[in-house]
Amino acid sequence: MAGGPAVELVNVTKRFGDVSAVDEVNLSVGDGEFFSLLGPSGCGKTTTLRLIAGFEYPTYGSLTIHGAEMGLLPPNERPVNTVFQSYALFPHMSVEDNVAFGLQMKKVASAEISERVGRVLDQVQLRHRATSRPSQLSGGQRQRIALARALVNEPEVLLLDEPLGALDLKLRQSMQVELKDLQARVGITFIYVTHDQEEALTMSDRIGVMDNGRLLQVGEPASIYEHPTSRFVAGFIGDINLIEAKVAGPDEVQLSSGRSLSISTRMAPGSSVTLALRPERLELYDPDEAIPDNHIRLPGKVSRKLYYGDAFYYDVEVGLEHPVEVKEENRPGVETYELGDQAVVCWDPSSTNVVKD
Amino acid sequence: MATEVATVELEERAKRAESRRGVLIGAPAFLYLILFFALPLLIVLVYSFASRSSTGATILGNWNLNSWIRVFDSQVAQIAWRSLWLASLTTVFCLVFGYPFAYWIATRSDRARGVLLILVMIPFWSNFLVRTYAIRFLMGVEGPVSIVSQALGGEPIRILFTNTAILIGMVYGYIPFMILPLYAALERMDWRLVEAARDLYAPGWTAFKKVTFPLSMPGVVAGSVLVFIPSLGAYVIPAILGGSNTVLLGDYIVSQFLSARNWPFGSALSTAVMIVMLAATIFYFRRGGRTL
Repeated sequence: MAGGPAVELVNVTKRFGDVSAVDEVNLSVGDGEFFSLLGPSGCGKTTTLRLIAGFEYPTYGSLTIHGAEMGLLPPNERPVNTVFQSYALFPHMSVEDNVAFGLQMKKVASAEISERVGRVLDQVQLRHRATSRPSQLSGGQRQRIALARALVNEPEVLLLDEPLGALDLKLRQSMQVELKDLQARVGITFIYVTHDQEEALTMSDRIGVMDNGRLLQVGEPASIYEHPTSRFVAGFIGDINLIEAKVAGPDEVQLSSGRSLSISTRMAPGSSVTLALRPERLELYDPDEAIPDNHIRLPGKVSRKLYYGDAFYYDVEVGLEHPVEVKEENRPGVETYELGDQAVVCWDPSSTNVVKD
Repeated sequence: MATEVATVELEERAKRAESRRGVLIGAPAFLYLILFFALPLLIVLVYSFASRSSTGATILGNWNLNSWIRVFDSQVAQIAWRSLWLASLTTVFCLVFGYPFAYWIATRSDRARGVLLILVMIPFWSNFLVRTYAIRFLMGVEGPVSIVSQALGGEPIRILFTNTAILIGMVYGYIPFMILPLYAALERMDWRLVEAARDLYAPGWTAFKKVTFPLSMPGVVAGSVLVFIPSLGAYVIPAILGGSNTVLLGDYIVSQFLSARNWPFGSALSTAVMIVMLAATIFYFRRGGRTL
């Protein structure tokens, strides 16, 4: 392996006709990292993965793997393997032959092939299905064979295209844990494409959020969730309240209702900003209750109450275009509110995110 | 209780109506096939056991196996062998030329595919006999191909009335039957599997050998059967392009009916060819079916 990051994209752009599927993407993924590309369908995440795999060539831009420029190298000459969304297992071959395919192509000695295939089938606990056809396996088993077929080659980078998308919820959750453990064990760089924010948050070391072919924000799961820098990222990941405001002074913004809040934006007075507030970071207080001093407050009236078992979701009418959504945990000691109750929405200033449009 | 009984009865009646409809829908084709396919075949089978008068008239009586014994004659074996060889060559050439073409069509855009498929089928719109005569004209010593060859300083082309001429004619005539099923198989191909093979270090050609071709086997089998069977029994093409030099099974059977006036032998031979083809087809489809 040469030096350099596991995968590096510099100004990578892919156009199909007039449409930029991938638009000037710059990205560097480190060795052994679990990196997720997250975004809605059609955002360019799968195309980015296909560019790395070599199924598509960039219109322009540089793509290197451990410092080696990939250029127009065909997929079979790249040190990466892919786990396909549909698994793409060869239907006319046994499980064993599917897994051995890559090693056979690399002309590995047959004794070593059978040893490595056996070992990887053990790892995914499917050795007993070695002679089955893919059509005889369940969805979860196929998924694990697709993984084994890629991992057995010990690629420098493993590309995964929504590998859990076709599984049902319970299986998906257990596979998330399994996949994360496996990645930690084998230490291979994973680039994982998903539209499922929860999956990305729980599994990744870092996440890159894409929309319209552009890479909007790259960061650790907590920083993506807690400190989104754009309206899109804020809205795409998790529940969030987005409130329009105008900068009124160095430490003050004004809402459309006319109410001023003391929030520092470091922006010129008069510019429009969006405040992004997570429902679970907001609290409800009675109007006559003591509210911590530095907390920002928005008085209003409860207009909806939803019971989620572990929590209550309240919509509070505060005189803005949309009500503010507040999540309060269902714990003893947390006061509950009824429809029509007067309540004050409060939050710690550090929970405010000011994002660009 | 009463309502339950009524329900069961209704369901029964619906089922009976359904099956009556099925019979009605199938009836026209069914009757047609019995009258013009099954019955004639049965007559051919019966005639193969009949005897023949000294004037060549068929006598339905005095049943015997003489015609069937003649089927295993060495002269027949020679003709059969030549026919098999030509039919096999035709099938191989159709496959070799047809596969890349079908692959090319299957990988075009939707619109281009439609146009190309129509182009493949255009020859069917004109009469087969006329087309075969056109080929005869093309391949003649004074035909355009020969003239061009001579204009370029070469020899006149003398391939008409040879096995080569028959082969060229049959490949031309039957290649659409190869292309269409191949196209159908390749069009359904899951190209992600080919990507997976490329991703697993297979160069393009290897990916084709290991994935594309095996997965298109149903098309290869169907196309081969559709070409091989008419080639083996071909009569018109050998008659027009092969002249009287090359006797094939088709000519031979026809001559038994029209000139030799030996209907029982002609019938036995027809039935034998049919049995062999049926057996070969079943075997071939079984094998083709197993590859998937």
